[in-house]
Amino acid sequence: MDVKYVAELAKIKLTPEEAEKLQLQLDNILCFFKDLENLNTENIEPLSHVLDVKNVFREDVPRDSISKQDILNLAPQKDDDFIKVPKVVG
Amino acid sequence: MKYKTVIGLEVHVQLASKTKIFCGCRTNFGAEANTQICPVCLGLPGSLPVFNRKVLELSLKAAITLNCTIAETMKFDRKNYFYPDLPKAYQISQFDMPLAVKGYLDIELNGGNKRIEITRVHLEEDAGKLIHTQKESLVDFNRCGTPLIEIVSEPDLNNPEEAYSYLKKLKSILNYLEVSDCNMQEGSLRCDANISLMPQGSNKLGTRAEVKNLNSFKAVKDALTYEVTRQQAELEEGRKIFQETRLWDDTAKKTISMRSKEEAHDYRYFPEPDLPKFLIQTSMINDIKKSLPELGHEKKDRFVKDYSLSEYDADILTSSKAMAEYYERCLKILNEPKEVANWLIGPVLSELKNLNEAFDSIKLDPRELIEMIKLIKENKVNVNTAKEEILPEIIENYKKTADVLKEKDILQVSDEAELSAFIKQVISENEKSINDYQQGKKSAIMYLVGQVMRLSKGKANPKKVKEMLEKKLEN
Repeated sequence: MDVKYVAELAKIKLTPEEAEKLQLQLDNILCFFKDLENLNTENIEPLSHVLDVKNVFREDVPRDSISKQDILNLAPQKDDDFIKVPKVVG
Repeated sequence: MKYKTVIGLEVHVQLASKTKIFCGCRTNFGAEANTQICPVCLGLPGSLPVFNRKVLELSLKAAITLNCTIAETMKFDRKNYFYPDLPKAYQISQFDMPLAVKGYLDIELNGGNKRIEITRVHLEEDAGKLIHTQKESLVDFNRCGTPLIEIVSEPDLNNPEEAYSYLKKLKSILNYLEVSDCNMQEGSLRCDANISLMPQGSNKLGTRAEVKNLNSFKAVKDALTYEVTRQQAELEEGRKIFQETRLWDDTAKKTISMRSKEEAHDYRYFPEPDLPKFLIQTSMINDIKKSLPELGHEKKDRFVKDYSLSEYDADILTSSKAMAEYYERCLKILNEPKEVANWLIGPVLSELKNLNEAFDSIKLDPRELIEMIKLIKENKVNVNTAKEEILPEIIENYKKTADVLKEKDILQVSDEAELSAFIKQVISENEKSINDYQQGKKSAIMYLVGQVMRLSKGKANPKKVKEMLEKKLEN
């Protein structure tokens, strides 16, 4: 797997040196997964969650939201009502 | 060459729960920006989504009615993509174990019914809303986490009209089930269309285009009609159809390619570790089946059968659940199915249209409407007076019929002594029409009736006036 592609998906900038170093590490990690492929999983059901829990619900009851200001304060750019981002063409 | 059109629709429906799919924030449309948000729907670290039981119930109602096979076990997955309307950088959706699969919907066409297969119905959360200004984009996260179902059809639709019928039927079902308010302007019902052409007789599907930004049923029909023409022209000139997303421009009435802006998507789905799996018991499915209401097309058939209405009238009356229920509330007070239907389909509906209101929000008490209809039947007011003087007052200003009657001098005059004064005057002033009438032009009488109506300021009983005039002129 190309580390530059992974970096692009994750919006991370890599220098050529970093990319080279991380590519080696990524290849190594993926090799560990290769080992797992050697295990016999014939009679084992696929698992979608590590805990054996199911059907956890909440009721449809409104709860107060947090204050607009608290959220806007987390954003690097904002105005009175909105978070501002560089223009994305919709 | 002749081509066959192949269309499949993906419909997103906002479910009518009070709160979001995984947190207790409200889902009110039109709320002040960024006021219905919390750490869960923003995906702040340490927050934990918990599934809304009501959302499961509503989505099951829809999936069961769409004849789907309901999953014994379903799970949620993360769909990863990077966009400013998605604060978590992933959407919680369902990938390989969705709520329901393999259903169908029978649609009504001119030539009879057609069965459209439904591939799957899955649950997911909505993203936020972006507002684009000249320089930047503004983000409102209120819609993040709003519960949606996505209903995916098989490519069984073969022309824009079929797509339109499918949407109309789907909307009616969801409206009657009260699963969603289905308001397209507010985005409660959104539709994307996949469309391709293949040579007649071939069994190999052509390359499809995905059309987005379809904000009304008419836009769906128009955009698909445009695409059929466009793709046909491309193929006939030997060009290739690209697999791409195209945006419908409702002003220019054409679709525009998004190809240049589109990056290759790699959603990297994986199971959502913050949510457990859900087992859907047969008992729950059976309980929901028992609670399903009568649907629009069932109501329509019953109206035709029980009230001897025409297909056309029944179709309009059942076009919304609110109207159908209103109609039956009226009939409980006055059992005159045809008469009440005529009032609702005609004057009441057009009055609401003038006010730009839907039947759902009508404030007219059925008793007041019936009171008015009774006044006509008892010859106390004439039909036009009722339409013009009473109906607007009781619909717009929520007045009682009896009060309007007291306030306005509109009681119908049927008294012969009172009427003969008007008639006398009209006869003396309209020699020509009277000659016409007496020489056999019987239609002239309606002009004379009209003159009496005018003199009486619309209060005269037109039937009575006509009788009296005829009697007078025969002599």
